[in-house]
Amino acid sequence: MPPPRTVSAPPDDRAPTVESTRSTGRRAKPARFTESALGWLLLLPSVVVFVLFVFWPLGRTLYLSVHGNDLFGAPSVYVGAEHYREMLSADFGKVLATTGLFTLFSVVPAVLGALVVVLLLEARIRGVRVLRTAFALPFAFSVATASVVFAVIYNPAIGVANGVLGSVGIDRVNWLTDPSIALPAVCAATVWMNFGYNVLVLSAGVAAISPEVVEAARLDGASGWRLASRITVPLLSPQLFFLVVVSTIHALQSFGQIHILTKGGPDQATTTLVYSIYEKAFAFGSSDFGSASAQAVVLLVVMLGCTAIQFGILERRVHYR
Amino acid sequence: MKKFSLGRVAVYVVLGLAAIPVLFPIYYGFVGAVMGPGDLATYPPALVPHELYWQNISDVFRSVPLGRFYVNSAIQAGLITVAQIVTSILAAYAFAFLRLPARAVTFSLFLATLMVPWEAIIIPNYLAISGWGLARGGLTYLGLVLPFLASAFGTFLLRQAFLQFPTELRDAAVIDGCGHWRLLWRVIVPLSKPSIAAVGVYVFLSAWNQYFWPLILIRDSEYQTLQIGISQLNDAEVAQPGLVLAGVALSLLPTLAVVLFGQRYIVRGLTAGALK
Repeated sequence: MPPPRTVSAPPDDRAPTVESTRSTGRRAKPARFTESALGWLLLLPSVVVFVLFVFWPLGRTLYLSVHGNDLFGAPSVYVGAEHYREMLSADFGKVLATTGLFTLFSVVPAVLGALVVVLLLEARIRGVRVLRTAFALPFAFSVATASVVFAVIYNPAIGVANGVLGSVGIDRVNWLTDPSIALPAVCAATVWMNFGYNVLVLSAGVAAISPEVVEAARLDGASGWRLASRITVPLLSPQLFFLVVVSTIHALQSFGQIHILTKGGPDQATTTLVYSIYEKAFAFGSSDFGSASAQAVVLLVVMLGCTAIQFGILERRVHYR
Repeated sequence: MKKFSLGRVAVYVVLGLAAIPVLFPIYYGFVGAVMGPGDLATYPPALVPHELYWQNISDVFRSVPLGRFYVNSAIQAGLITVAQIVTSILAAYAFAFLRLPARAVTFSLFLATLMVPWEAIIIPNYLAISGWGLARGGLTYLGLVLPFLASAFGTFLLRQAFLQFPTELRDAAVIDGCGHWRLLWRVIVPLSKPSIAAVGVYVFLSAWNQYFWPLILIRDSEYQTLQIGISQLNDAEVAQPGLVLAGVALSLLPTLAVVLFGQRYIVRGLTAGALK
């Protein structure tokens, strides 16, 4: 979900309340009490859900990360930092590297590709509306349905990917079982899944650019490349910034395509952090909740760190209207 | 507008080339669904069906209980959507219009939930929900939806919409003797329909498309959701891609409908965080 950019709430006096406009000074006190009681009543359902399924589990993840399973399989034996020490291994280093590569190669091509397409759609050509809808269509696919389609396309024996290569005389490729190709193949599928969303967001951004600005630039003789690089792209920087933040967060959370396409393999080549958490906690009857929770804490820190870096560094370069 | 220019031709060429990888999986997903085994099992594979083979559609219902998966997904996504709309409307009203002690802190805590990745807290949630016995039988529906009954995103988006509500209208309603409850449901909610639709479309799509949580939670295949069912169909029927693609095409119909008919709401929801 897209994180809202501003976190500050309005000061209390910003919204004059119904009760206060109606009540006289004498009644103000009880009225305000019922008002805040009503307010908390309205917030209650959400608060209960967040406490039970976000805040309490957050603490519980930290608790589980320093506990091992007892004789009955319940994670209740305190083991200190042991699960974290386990992570100082080449295996976990590879998981982190895979996560980084996966994120980089699924975010950058999807954002840049969508930017190029949306800029080209700005050229005054026929059929723009149809093309724009067409480019946004991958958005209708869920991660699972898109992954299944790609599983068929990547099928080494009968898939179209090899069919195309075969028609130009290139040997069959084992897209999902060759350790050096599996990660790029999963990244390519992920780029496709994100493309529609990126086109939708950037198109909305272009639509919001005021025609006067573009017309003024055109009158000054700017067109094509110059118009795009000096006017459109700078004015799109809030959307680009938003897309980089949101797609990085999505990429770090990716799970379905890896589970459906490669199950983390071959030889751990596509085991990202989230997939590793799944493998330790749930796959093949495994229930190593301690190690998995320690990795979940790493995921949490990485994601918070990424968000902080992106907000700290990138936002200063973003042009807001 | 000039009729012909080299630049314009280049634009068409580049867009056309870009359209091929974007549109091909969509084309193949639907066309493959009506391709016979002959077309799909040849090498190199056929790109255009020699004949329309509708049998895939009926076969897929025989291979997996697709109808049951549809019902399960509809119940799961429907419950989540309705619940999130209601809880978000209530919370957004409180944040937008009511004087509360510690309102700023509470609102920040709501937004903080957006920063917590679900995957990082999925283990304790799994342990809790399955520990409460909500992973088996009909109670699976409850386990599927409970963690998703409220959303800070929906609350945030609706609060923004409510804050833009004209003060004069609100005052007029109050002068006419309207209390909070009536004001909310009779005045504010009906006039905020586009924002509520945006939240609804967004929540429905993400609930319908969920994968990780149903995958680990559901133990009885009877309660399997569509997304998991389709991926299991893929595991089981590798030799029959036509069958698998028929399942994909059928499972896409509801989301395609939502995307095509709810497009403007989607863009609204998508950009709520991107724009000021």
